[in-house]
Amino acid sequence: MDLVLDILTWALMLGGCFFILITGFGLVRFPDLYTRIHAGGMADTLATFLIFGGLALQADDWLVVVKLMMIVAFLFFTSPTATYALAQASFVAGLKPVVDGYTDADENTDGKEEGK
Amino acid sequence: MAYTDAKKRHGPGAPGGDKELILRTISLIIVLVIAWLLLSGIYDNTLILGFGAASCLLVALIARRMDVLDKEGFPLHLSPQIFAYWFWLFAEIVKSNIDVAKCVLFPKQYLQPSMFKIKATQTSDLGKVVYANSITLTPGTVTVDLHEDTVLVHALTKETADGVKSGEMDERVTKVMGEG
Repeated sequence: MDLVLDILTWALMLGGCFFILITGFGLVRFPDLYTRIHAGGMADTLATFLIFGGLALQADDWLVVVKLMMIVAFLFFTSPTATYALAQASFVAGLKPVVDGYTDADENTDGKEEGK
Repeated sequence: MAYTDAKKRHGPGAPGGDKELILRTISLIIVLVIAWLLLSGIYDNTLILGFGAASCLLVALIARRMDVLDKEGFPLHLSPQIFAYWFWLFAEIVKSNIDVAKCVLFPKQYLQPSMFKIKATQTSDLGKVVYANSITLTPGTVTVDLHEDTVLVHALTKETADGVKSGEMDERVTKVMGEG
């Protein structure tokens, strides 16, 4: 029984870590703020849930499980509000979104165009 | 002074009336007691239990005095369907997480950001907020602006944009909020 729980915990935690890693990649890779917000959304939602789910499986007391799930629930309520505040502030400040997809030009923009 | 104002708004003649305020106060106390018991985990110390009960009552009293026990502050009218909606939303979150992860790994193939306006069919502010937050909560779509009944959405890929445009989430939120 403990072995099954341990394996499940590993699976959930590794899944969460995978999504957080992808989030990190996305934050670096995507072209502008709006698309990067989408990448951040992964760490806010599924990655958080997977990691807390893994922690809950290791809890001795069901009260701890309830507390962990409450944290997840509160995060699910507050993180979209924070995301909205960020997106709204950028939009009102006049930041225009990039809407023409991902091209080869996006790959190597590290100061090359600015340097010319 | 504030208390009498609150009473006037909720009193006889006001929508809802005294009965609804009492119902809301009682259910708030029940929710607070459950939350206190779950978070403290103390069931055998009479003194501490007494303090817990007293603090629950005090919070309920303050909430009533502050006049926050309305439809928005304490949405008692939501049907149990909201739990079914949360399950559905969670499934959507998992699906769109995988979509966004694919988009991060293969941006050339999937990345196609777009920004568009859609109509929200909810009538109450709370319904619109639930809808806008649901859009933001699913990665791949973010609510950028919410004005009157128009929602400005930024989508990461064509699939996620089509998902919002199909209006399924809008329908479900409207149904759950009982505003359809």
